Amino acid sequence: MAQLPADSVGLVTPQRATIDKPLALSCGQVLDSYELVYETYGELNAARDNAVLICHALSGHHHAAGYHTGVEGEKLGWWDSCIGPGKAIDTNKFFVVVPNNIGGCHGSTGPRTVNPNTGRVWGPDFPPLRFRDWVNSQAQLADLLGIEVWAAVIGGSLGGMQAMRWSLEYPERVRHCLLIATAMNLTPQNIAFNELARRAITSDPNFADGWFLEKGVAPVKGLALARMIGHVTYISQHQMEERFGRELHEGTFERGTNSPIRFEIESYLNYKGDRFAEEFDANTYLLITRMLDVYDLAREYDHDAVKAFSHARARFLVVSFTTDWRFSPERSQQIVNALVGAGRDVSYANIDSQLGHDAFLAPIPRYVDTLRQYLGNIPVGGAA
Amino acid sequence: MRFELTHIARWVPQGARVLDLACGDGRLLRHLMDHRGVTGYGLENDPEQISQCLARDINVIEKELVRDLDEYPTNSFDMVIMTQALQVMRYPDIILEEMLRVGRECIVTFPNFGQLRARTYLAWRGRMPVTRSLPFEWYDTPNIHLCTVADFEAHCRERSYRALNQQMLAEHPLYRLGKGLLPNLFTETAVYHLTRNSRT
Repeated sequence: MAQLPADSVGLVTPQRATIDKPLALSCGQVLDSYELVYETYGELNAARDNAVLICHALSGHHHAAGYHTGVEGEKLGWWDSCIGPGKAIDTNKFFVVVPNNIGGCHGSTGPRTVNPNTGRVWGPDFPPLRFRDWVNSQAQLADLLGIEVWAAVIGGSLGGMQAMRWSLEYPERVRHCLLIATAMNLTPQNIAFNELARRAITSDPNFADGWFLEKGVAPVKGLALARMIGHVTYISQHQMEERFGRELHEGTFERGTNSPIRFEIESYLNYKGDRFAEEFDANTYLLITRMLDVYDLAREYDHDAVKAFSHARARFLVVSFTTDWRFSPERSQQIVNALVGAGRDVSYANIDSQLGHDAFLAPIPRYVDTLRQYLGNIPVGGAA
Repeated sequence: MRFELTHIARWVPQGARVLDLACGDGRLLRHLMDHRGVTGYGLENDPEQISQCLARDINVIEKELVRDLDEYPTNSFDMVIMTQALQVMRYPDIILEEMLRVGRECIVTFPNFGQLRARTYLAWRGRMPVTRSLPFEWYDTPNIHLCTVADFEAHCRERSYRALNQQMLAEHPLYRLGKGLLPNLFTETAVYHLTRNSRT
């Protein structure tokens, strides 16, 4: 086993909560019981006021920090750069909870798990969800863990949309809300990209109308293409230039030769797509992209974001990244303006970065520092 | 800054909703929160300063002040403040107008270019003034729209802004004696508390 860094949460084991309270979903269906896979880092203090909920993004999951095996070369938790003892989300101070969302494909109840009513895998029959269903399921997990109030709910991208929903659905249970590279709804362009991704998946013959697991096939081609489309929107033009340029992965432009040409960017996208398709579920991808399209924070508040946020009680930090065109800074500024209009406490930083939307997962010094400073001010341990 | 602070604080009503433009390190807003019980936000575009604001636990919003405050509705704040930044604005007249649209009242402070030292600097040395309140060389100054107390007062008359309060500040003892008599000559920093004239 490799020596683990001192600022790592170290070896972690995912936990599994079976929640027997029925979960009434927005679509009208009820899950009589369901399972949530989650990880925790740090300790819940005696005052039970130091719990932080991390909401993961589209391709994320419960493994946000540390190691599962400690074997050399193991892939770290997806936000290890920010979660750990002494890190921005300091596990010496906070009790960090990261659940895998229901409808996901990393262990929580979703299209890959068995529908108890039929004995079949849920597959495409898994009920359509809304963000508040995620929020409600996490509230039940919080009950189970003895967490009445979150010191902070933190999320990037889709996770930020979820964190915002938390602040409206359970205003008394969220003290701070950190919204990173997110938006109050998707733009038509966002929806367009999601539809391209869905079409890619459903066009794959191995998708089998969503019953691929039962049929023992996998729509890896469609899923990979979906991810490739998504990936293009996660990085900036500048970053593509910088990282790949027009470099060739294979082949040559030399006259008199006829070798196939493959650019670095092609190779990279294909690699990313293929890796993703191996581990992700096509039904989950369809489910979640549809949830994203439908999400509209202020819909039930007369489409008035100020009115929506006037229901929140949390203090907010909003962060965006300059070259993010999937969830652009303007989208974050709309959130900030609505929060100011609603008289809520809010700070906002627009971090200079060339990484596009993906910046929210990167250890950019100013970004990490901003999180660290904001979270550092949150009192815990019963202090006023 | 500490100097202006006490004067500004006196004019900010208890519990006011405040917008602080170009709030710097957040010291003023923190002071007003602690001593006047205000709520509000600071706008700032320098990452270094924003970081200090976060350390002070004030609401700071990253924003480059260009010309308007479109995102803020009319009369949405009790008080809009801008200290020592009017002279770096690309459109100081529009910003001032905006401050009095968004806020019922505003407080603005600026270095007086009409002060004796600046005048003599230019008159005798024939060089661009470098003084305590104007510490920059001509090539690196952020101050692109300097004015004098007399300029500012003329502008206020033109736009029908009314001074609810004003305070002329000077650190030099001689200036302090003279500023009452000849404010335009002896004021180093001018502090104005303005409102729009009776809205008819």
